[in-house]
Amino acid sequence: MSGVAEKCVFEPERYEFHAAPIHQFELVRRDFFKILGAGIAVFAIAKDAFAVQETAPGRPSFHNEELPKDISAWLHIGEDGTVTGFTGKAEIGQNIRTALAQTIADELRVPFESVRMVTADTALTPFDAGTFGSRTTPTITPQLRRVAAAARDILVEAAAKEWGVAREGLIAADAKISDPASGRSLKYAELARGKTLAQSLPTEDPTTPTAQWTIAGKPIPKVDGRSFVTGRHQYTTDIWFPEMLHGKVLRPPSFGATLASCDDTAAKAMTGVFVVRDGDFVGVAAPNAHDAQRALDAIHAQWKEVPQISNKEIFSYLKQNAAAKTEDRFRKQKGSVEEGLAGAAHRLDATYTVAYIAHAPLEPRAAVAQWADGKLTVWTGTQRPFANRDELADVFHLPESSVRVIVPDTGSAYGGKHTSDAAIEAARLARAAGRPVKVVWTREEEFTWAYFRPAGVIEIKSAISGDGALTAWEFHNYHSGSSGIETPYIVTNQRTEYHPVPLILRSGSYRGLAATANHFARETHMDALASAAKMDPLEFRMKNLSDARMRAVLEAAAKSFGWPSKKTQEGQGFGVACGSEKGSYVATCAEVAVDKTSGAVRVVRLVEAFECGAIVNPDGLRNQVVGAMIQGMGGALFEAIEFENGRIKNPHFSTYRVPRFRDVPETEAILVDRKDIPSAGAGETPIMAVAPAIGNAIFDSTGVRLHDLPLVPNGLRSK
Amino acid sequence: MPIEIEVNGKRFPVNYPPDTPLLYVLRDELRLTGTKYGCGEGQCGACTVLLGGAPRRSCQIPASAAVGKPVTTIEGLEKDGRLHPVQQAFLDAGAFQCAYCTSGMIMSSVGLLQTNANPSQAEVVQFLQGSVCRCGTHPRIMEAVRSAAKMMQGRGR
Repeated sequence: MSGVAEKCVFEPERYEFHAAPIHQFELVRRDFFKILGAGIAVFAIAKDAFAVQETAPGRPSFHNEELPKDISAWLHIGEDGTVTGFTGKAEIGQNIRTALAQTIADELRVPFESVRMVTADTALTPFDAGTFGSRTTPTITPQLRRVAAAARDILVEAAAKEWGVAREGLIAADAKISDPASGRSLKYAELARGKTLAQSLPTEDPTTPTAQWTIAGKPIPKVDGRSFVTGRHQYTTDIWFPEMLHGKVLRPPSFGATLASCDDTAAKAMTGVFVVRDGDFVGVAAPNAHDAQRALDAIHAQWKEVPQISNKEIFSYLKQNAAAKTEDRFRKQKGSVEEGLAGAAHRLDATYTVAYIAHAPLEPRAAVAQWADGKLTVWTGTQRPFANRDELADVFHLPESSVRVIVPDTGSAYGGKHTSDAAIEAARLARAAGRPVKVVWTREEEFTWAYFRPAGVIEIKSAISGDGALTAWEFHNYHSGSSGIETPYIVTNQRTEYHPVPLILRSGSYRGLAATANHFARETHMDALASAAKMDPLEFRMKNLSDARMRAVLEAAAKSFGWPSKKTQEGQGFGVACGSEKGSYVATCAEVAVDKTSGAVRVVRLVEAFECGAIVNPDGLRNQVVGAMIQGMGGALFEAIEFENGRIKNPHFSTYRVPRFRDVPETEAILVDRKDIPSAGAGETPIMAVAPAIGNAIFDSTGVRLHDLPLVPNGLRSK
Repeated sequence: MPIEIEVNGKRFPVNYPPDTPLLYVLRDELRLTGTKYGCGEGQCGACTVLLGGAPRRSCQIPASAAVGKPVTTIEGLEKDGRLHPVQQAFLDAGAFQCAYCTSGMIMSSVGLLQTNANPSQAEVVQFLQGSVCRCGTHPRIMEAVRSAAKMMQGRGR
């Protein structure tokens, strides 16, 4: 990044939620197995790849107690020619099932329709740390390309051997190998049948250059789209087994409360009801959800509570409870901020805050657990199937190989489904009942017992010269995180520090996480500096930017938006913001209308340019980008979790406002396709510049500079 | 005697207590899981079904309220392998990401178009205001409803 000599090492983002499992249960017998189906399989290892062909259908030549963690991707060509790609990543609405299948089809030279993806199943797919951090496209796409290229090599080799010709000159296309010299061809399915082969493959098997993509890069519609519009797709919450029970868990009245006493006599007396008490865990399972609820209501528990702070005190608390000294890895310094401040024409210091917000995925946390022969299988909507498996193994004292976690395509997550809470609850109840148990969290549970995007305080000190060049930049983030903390602007004198604070509310990943907070503060501050310098906000940014990719998205967004725009209506305002994170770039322009009498703020238009290298699927990408713009409006304008004494005060959609149809502005997404740059992920970055662009537009309309997210939870006047 | 309700043209006895919200009877007893639980509080629209032809939040009405009023769920829209125009329009527009809200959005839209064949943009917004899409697919959903309206007018449906 320009203007930054070296990257400092900040804390890895809180993508992995490391809270220890809450419940520990008694030991269960060891048992384990893994199976991979029949056909040609190709595996990619971190630095090497090897191929294995099945000796006979149903007799896997590759099976292990534990699939090795250094194998990152594999694919399988069945004897009917069906190609199956395997990844430990989960489909949570970001459309990887389609994008990854496209990649395989492209590289293997087969029709898109012949490829299916098996995702996020700990018994079938490669180990994966989790679906987060916009990592699927930059890591899994190239790996699947490599295994597909390797599989193609094996098929070419097999055909060459079959025909006794040199492999050069043979062509792989349309799911067959052809020999133009003789006119012969063999289908992949035919080549996969009945042979044995084990072969090491070159480390860097060349893959198809971006410019020659034929299936990747195309706007292919979401696979299985029909199963979603017909309601046929089975989410975790839809899974059903004969004899399955519905589980519910007794929640404490507040965070950290411990069970003082519990009378479950009445619940136990109910027909068909199982009651489980194991330490502080109290849960019930019943033949249907309303009986489970009745049983839960019949349990009388007393809890010992602990006093806790509220959202009103949170920001001063965060400042006061940061470590006195910042660890070296959390700080970065260049030049002298003091010198930069001293000689400047304008100096501007400001403090920004961001509230806790909730992911509120529409499918709440859910799990179905089934025990058989001491082995546990859990279906659950999680972004971290392998970590869930490990946590289940830990909690139930099982070897990892005795636990299988399967993630059905899930009703969204946005960083909010890393933990294994529902899985553990369902498994505990299922073990007691000796029958499968489904646990579906209520909306209130989802809003209360999941985890949040952390709140934060950000302090900036800055200065500019008379001609609008940044001369000093000091940036402190308390608690919310370090992603996107480094300024992309050219500034010789800078200091950046991230100050961790122990958790107040259970907090973890969220789409973009701290990058949203850090971009909100930085881009709002840049706007205020532009105003101090009496410069156009776009011109001011350009003056202080040399990064060509950032400049390009700013130019693209500004052009489409018509920046600088002339105000034609009362209350109209325009704002711009930009940013870069995780290898992609974004610039957002916002138009707002502020009703000066009522203080109501309406976002009229959002234009966003996004660049993430070579685009794999422009249709899916557009959905992600527009989706991030709209979701980002919620955190920008009105979303905030209110809490007091360990209780969430707004745990409902009626009290926690999310963007709805009436909030949605005219949106435009400009997808900048850079075929010359490797594809980066797109799940997060498109959300980052929304809040500052809107805040800056409100300033442009009213002259009021807002420093806190959400910007206008109650409109502008009552702020 | 258990009550009886008609869902997607078939009659079913209901063994759950008659005050059980229709949503749980549909999902857990009849195993029509296309209708989704999103909040159980009538705040998100994921559980929308047609009751006597009108869109209703199935989490907010007791099963007994469906006696004598035919229920249509998302599973009942497809006829002889042909999608309902609203389903087809959602598919064509790619109007979903995680798609958990899709059933409810489609059922609400079917309900709207039955009473207002050519709704304005403002009318669509007003009608879908109670339906939550967390992925931010609203513009495509709007587009799908508009193109479904056109399709249905063309077919005289």
